[in-house]
Amino acid sequence: MNDNHSDDGLGRREFLVGGAVIVVAACAGGQARREGTGPSAPGEPMEITLLVNGERRALRVDPRTTLLDLLRENLGLTGTKKGCDMGQCGACTVLADGVRIDSCLALAAQYDGRSITTIEGLIKDGTLHPAQEAFLQEDAFQCGYCTPGQILSCIGFLHEGGGATEMEIREGMSGNICRCGAYPNIVSAVRSLRGRA
Amino acid sequence: MRQIAYQRAGSVDEAVQAAAQPEAAFLAGGTSLVDLMKLEVLNPARVVDVTRLDLSRIEPRADGIRLGATATNSAVAAHPEVKRRFPALSQALLSGASPQLRNVATVAGNLMQRTRCAYYRDLATRCNKRSPGAGCDAIEGWTRMHAILGGSEQCIALHPSDMCVALAALEATIHVRGQRGERDIPFGDFHLLPGDHPEREFALEPGELVTWVFVPATAAAARSRYVKVRDRISYAFALASCATALEVANGRIEVARIALGGVGTKPWRSLEAERMLVGATPRAETFRRAADVALRDARPRRDNAFKVELAKRTMIRALTLSAEGA
Repeated sequence: MNDNHSDDGLGRREFLVGGAVIVVAACAGGQARREGTGPSAPGEPMEITLLVNGERRALRVDPRTTLLDLLRENLGLTGTKKGCDMGQCGACTVLADGVRIDSCLALAAQYDGRSITTIEGLIKDGTLHPAQEAFLQEDAFQCGYCTPGQILSCIGFLHEGGGATEMEIREGMSGNICRCGAYPNIVSAVRSLRGRA
Repeated sequence: MRQIAYQRAGSVDEAVQAAAQPEAAFLAGGTSLVDLMKLEVLNPARVVDVTRLDLSRIEPRADGIRLGATATNSAVAAHPEVKRRFPALSQALLSGASPQLRNVATVAGNLMQRTRCAYYRDLATRCNKRSPGAGCDAIEGWTRMHAILGGSEQCIALHPSDMCVALAALEATIHVRGQRGERDIPFGDFHLLPGDHPEREFALEPGELVTWVFVPATAAAARSRYVKVRDRISYAFALASCATALEVANGRIEVARIALGGVGTKPWRSLEAERMLVGATPRAETFRRAADVALRDARPRRDNAFKVELAKRTMIRALTLSAEGA
């Protein structure tokens, strides 16, 4: 029934996470190459290090791996969602060095040495981030699938100094699609954060 | 996505050398290239990441502004000197894509942006741009989002960029570096018409890297405007768009620059319409006549005849706004 679990009782995701931990141990101590990298052969795995939610993660990845797939499949951080996987829906929004980006159109290798913040990294000492609180307060979601991306996008928008009118918020949040149509409350949540985030 | 080798260039020379190899492609923001690699429309064996080169500066000068190739669309759009001296450029950038995409998409990446033709993006259809000589399923297909200007019997794929329309009207110059040295390419020569070879899209030699774009400052540029019409109010490609720049003195137009988007197989500058306006009084009837001239050679297909009148009205609107500012 549950195709997420293999016969030995180990879930696909748990297996992948386990694999990632082993890889991290094997690569620990290897410095990320920040500047140029030499030529390699197509498909040759490469070592990269990312600071994910404040934690240093060293990984050996196929160069094709997108940042989104790396977060979800290699690191088990499934809070970042895969929607369209082509840069149109914003469900995969994360912060790279504080700037909101679509992680589905980013090769993980490009973010070697950089800092990535996902929805899992917003909670601090058991306290929700103000943007998370605002989304709860304003009931700014229905099914919740787009919500992590909406919240990260909201934080990026406020950081960019986005405007406070409804039109400015709608335009500023236009890279995040909500198929449930929770937009009015999303606008309210973003507006409630103006001046304090 | 097919297997790739990833290489991060440590210097411009290294990037140029690496990209001169067969099946290599420069990678910057990835918003076009990674998307098309996933679809297996573009299949480079090697990607050369240029994002850590020192090419992202935006440098205002007395005679214009130099936009580094890897300056992001967000950075250029928000730059105070761009907003003040080249408003159409900022407006065009902000009307394109989404904030997340603009935060990584670059100047040079936008120049190299590929068509959104649904047939180009779908491996199950015939496309001369994707597979030279294969045929074109768009011409007899669903053509609502296809070009009405600059098409050929081989290709009617629309050029999707907003930024390029503004840069065409602002008469930008593209500076490139290759293995044989550096050169400047006038904006109008950078994008190629499809003709018999729609697979050739840019006037670049293999391995040539765009290093910056120069936009000359003029009185007309400071009063430039960009108007875009689309199916929804945000985050959609243009049905029609227009960048205009006017300089008006003593009630007469002295300088006119006009480029159209959403209608051409390349960013569509109309020199004829510009010439018509010089010496004329800026008013609606004059603008209408110029718009008729700009669209005179339009060749609509089954589903896009509406673009002819829409483009004219968009152009009249942009000219009116430029004239009000002048």
